[in-house]
Amino acid sequence: MSAAPRRGPGAVHARLGLAASAGAAALVCGVGLMATSAWLISRASHHPPVLYLMVAIVAVRAFGLGRGVLRYAERVVAHDAALRLLARTRVRIFVRLAELAPATRPGSLGAVVGNAEGVADRWLRGVLPMVAAGIAAATAVVLEWWILPAAGAVLLGAVLAGGVLAPVVAWRGARRAEARGAEGRAALSARTAETLDGLPELVAYGALPGRLEQLRRADAAVVAAAGRSAWTAGLGAGLTTLAGGSAVLGALAAGVPAVRDGRLDAVLLAVIVLTPLAAFEALGALSEAAQRLLRAREDAAHVREVLDAPVPSTEPAEARPLPDGHRLTVRGLRARWPGAADDSLVAPDLDLAPGRRVVVMGRSGSGKSTLAAVLARFLDYRGSVTLGGTELRDLAADDVRSVIGLCGQDAHLFDTTVAENVRLARPEASDDEVADALRRAGAGHLGLGVRVGEHGTAVSGGERQRIALARALLADVRILVLDEPDAHLDDATATTVLTDLLRAAGSRTVLLVSHRAAIPGADPVLRHVDEVVTVGDQPRNT
Amino acid sequence: MPTPFDRRLARHARSTAPYLLACVLLGALGAGCVLAQAALLAHAVAAPAFPAALAAVIALRALLVWGQEVVAHRAAAGVTSQLRAGLLARVTADRPGARSGELTALVTRGVDALDPYFSRYLPQLVLALLVPVTVLAALAAADPAAAAIVAATLPLIPVFGVLIGTYAASRTRRQWRTLEVLAGHFADVVAGLPALKAFGRARAQARHIERVTGDHRRATLATLRIAFCSALVLELAATLAVALVAVSVGLRLVGGSISFETALFVLILAPEAYLPLRQAAAQFHAGQEGLAAADRILGLLDEPVPAPRPVSSPSRGDLRVEALAPREAVGPFSLDVPERAITALTGPSGAGKSSLIGALAGLVTPVSGRILSGGVQVVADDAWRRGIAWVPQRPFLFEGTVAENIAIAVPEAPGTAVSRAAEAVGVCTFTTLDTRLGVGGEGLSAGQRHRVALARAALRCDLLDTWLVLLDEPTAHLDVLTEVAVAEALTDLLRGRTALVATHRRALLERADRVVELSVRRDAELGSEPDRAVTV
Repeated sequence: MSAAPRRGPGAVHARLGLAASAGAAALVCGVGLMATSAWLISRASHHPPVLYLMVAIVAVRAFGLGRGVLRYAERVVAHDAALRLLARTRVRIFVRLAELAPATRPGSLGAVVGNAEGVADRWLRGVLPMVAAGIAAATAVVLEWWILPAAGAVLLGAVLAGGVLAPVVAWRGARRAEARGAEGRAALSARTAETLDGLPELVAYGALPGRLEQLRRADAAVVAAAGRSAWTAGLGAGLTTLAGGSAVLGALAAGVPAVRDGRLDAVLLAVIVLTPLAAFEALGALSEAAQRLLRAREDAAHVREVLDAPVPSTEPAEARPLPDGHRLTVRGLRARWPGAADDSLVAPDLDLAPGRRVVVMGRSGSGKSTLAAVLARFLDYRGSVTLGGTELRDLAADDVRSVIGLCGQDAHLFDTTVAENVRLARPEASDDEVADALRRAGAGHLGLGVRVGEHGTAVSGGERQRIALARALLADVRILVLDEPDAHLDDATATTVLTDLLRAAGSRTVLLVSHRAAIPGADPVLRHVDEVVTVGDQPRNT
Repeated sequence: MPTPFDRRLARHARSTAPYLLACVLLGALGAGCVLAQAALLAHAVAAPAFPAALAAVIALRALLVWGQEVVAHRAAAGVTSQLRAGLLARVTADRPGARSGELTALVTRGVDALDPYFSRYLPQLVLALLVPVTVLAALAAADPAAAAIVAATLPLIPVFGVLIGTYAASRTRRQWRTLEVLAGHFADVVAGLPALKAFGRARAQARHIERVTGDHRRATLATLRIAFCSALVLELAATLAVALVAVSVGLRLVGGSISFETALFVLILAPEAYLPLRQAAAQFHAGQEGLAAADRILGLLDEPVPAPRPVSSPSRGDLRVEALAPREAVGPFSLDVPERAITALTGPSGAGKSSLIGALAGLVTPVSGRILSGGVQVVADDAWRRGIAWVPQRPFLFEGTVAENIAIAVPEAPGTAVSRAAEAVGVCTFTTLDTRLGVGGEGLSAGQRHRVALARAALRCDLLDTWLVLLDEPTAHLDVLTEVAVAEALTDLLRGRTALVATHRRALLERADRVVELSVRRDAELGSEPDRAVTV
């Protein structure tokens, strides 16, 4: 599955290029302003007719104006590009997590969201300032070289020291502390989030003070790492300042003898001495940009970890068309979650003709839920599962899910209204249809507009399950796979709901996964099913 | 525009004040260096000569820059850490049920937003106040005409900054709220991915997220365009003023009314008046974002802390729940939970079983009514909870080993006690104590997670003087055979203790000494029957 971004990467790259050009031009204007001003004053000190100065006067003003305007353009375009990049990365992460679900719980989800921001930051505060500063510094070196090659060489050396060596020193020094810091920061965020999620438990067991103490220690480690990285961060900026000052000193050292020897026009001495000042103003941002790049590398690695995680179910290279028939057969089925050592499921053979109702029973952990995951194409399998005669793995997953609907045992409710939670199964359903599905699921007493709260905390556990059931009923699927829908319901209600559900399923095929006691005759639910199958006693699921 | 510094920050983070002092000291030294460098450089070019003192000044300047950065980064890390600790303590003090997504964003990324504010914006702000004044004074002494140009344009910068900034600030504030909502929404959607996928809605959600982030981008960009306008005014004022000074000085040089050395001094110094302001403006966004986050953080920190109540000395005995409404539209209930007996709580979903148990554990603040224990009204504080073992309907497991997860119930419990507790409820039948679990107990099924949580209760019963056990659907996810085994183990555990167990499962109901059924409240019946617990 892939969400096609409406605009391709070209839009972002073109904007990034534009931003870099505008930024470089702005900095070049700064160099030009300083150089022409210096020339203007030196020339003026020789008392020429004012007319001789007009070109310089106009140039000085133009450079002054151009710098501000170009800088503004650079900022707007660069931020636009970075935000586009951020949106794209976020969507890619989401699409990937969707492919992984439900195999991988998004553990450090908050961290991944933050990492996405780091990837965008890499361009905005890392690459772009570097490119712009590099171009401006090169311009200044060329100008100096043209006036006095020795001064050009000195500036080149200083630019390399301040613009390359200093950031590299800062970058290298910060590397280890930064790597530790990123890990510490991610761990701290994750532990903080966990503490807030598990707050009721911590309060109930009086474990909160201990937990906060742990967090304080983790925090102290992060602060210590930041302190170590500070020494080297400052080192970069200090070295850049030193290199800038050395460039000015070097220009003086080269220029003063040259003027005395008559190799250099005295008017140009001010130009070669003051131009490095402007060049180094441009280089000042480099140390920070290098640090940003480093931090972004860690972020990019974390994002890649998510993007490269093994997928539990692969799409066929060429999906076959959805067959007309809806007979479901299972033969010699085995399945394993990515990273698991053993098969989670060794399923019995099943034969579900359209309209047939089968209950699959088994102990907790016998792999019943894995069977449901295979049928919903969440998980690859070995053996054979066919729908209307076509192997399930040869069909597009979304096609399969338009025929086979799954209602999981720990159904998630979204932080919105009851109606919206049900409607996600079929977005075009009317309010009446939604209300009808809720009624059939035994949740007719809930108002459509009631908000369910974060993770459905505003409704009871049973109500949560009924809303999830209503979803399955509303979805217009031919085959319903119900994974322990009664886990949270009391026995009497469960019997009523399951009976209602089987009745409401009408002509649909139903595969009900349950841990209910299989006592034929004693269980009224079983009167409404055609077959009871027991999943083998190979408890593998961990 | 809000003031660039929130005084409350100094109150909540002790290291703020010494840091500000260090910034001012380093800034003043830096300003001195700027003047010395300009004067020495002007002399060197005009003479022309090579002054050795210039090298010393340049070295000192580099040292100051380095020192400033070190101080800034160290102080910022310290201040954000102090705020984070304060915030966590405050947030965990009295809101066990608050929206965790938004709060988490505030405690993690909200506090992080303050880091650039402290390490970059504040020192630049100090420089922006100190350096222009120093430079202006030096210019006035050297060339009053150039000083006049600088003096006329300098105030434009803060004035326009304030005008544009005020507008941008309110938008930034809204932006931050949107970001929080967005983060909460994203987390919610990802948590529900299996459901979305099952109904073929994951792709639609991806498009939705793309659309929402797209909207967010456009809104942010609109804000930034305006915020950057103040930077534009600043850049233009600065560079045009330098251009004006250069031209004015140049023309007067032609006339001979000013010396070459003074002219150079003025030319070198003039940009230095604007540089700190420009750099502060470059951090404007960091500053605004930091202030917006600071406002929310400090607002939380300044919420009145509930007055510390005297530690109660809970009485133990028969529990009596009197006309208790644990949450809105639930109850009121009245019921008795006799001492040293198992009371089972049944009733349809939505009747309020979990809320009632939460209220007894002191985790839900009831809307009305009261709880008596041994005839004394219960104050549900830490002292009360010390005698309780509680297992919720959806237990939360932390990242770590199974043993660590069990031991959380009794900090510093010995390993032997932990294995005993795990053994008691059959945790070892499906996992080992050393097995590492992911966030939220990833790696275990719902029923297995529940049994780990039951082991916590067993540990409390074993090691602590636990007299009251509150269990919410302890066997909901178990198959019949496992259920019977767990019910058997629980019966042993609860013997001689007071227990309230919400359950629908026969194995547990059969072992209860009494069963109380809660009825669901129908709006039509409101008021006709205030107490709706019926003892069977």
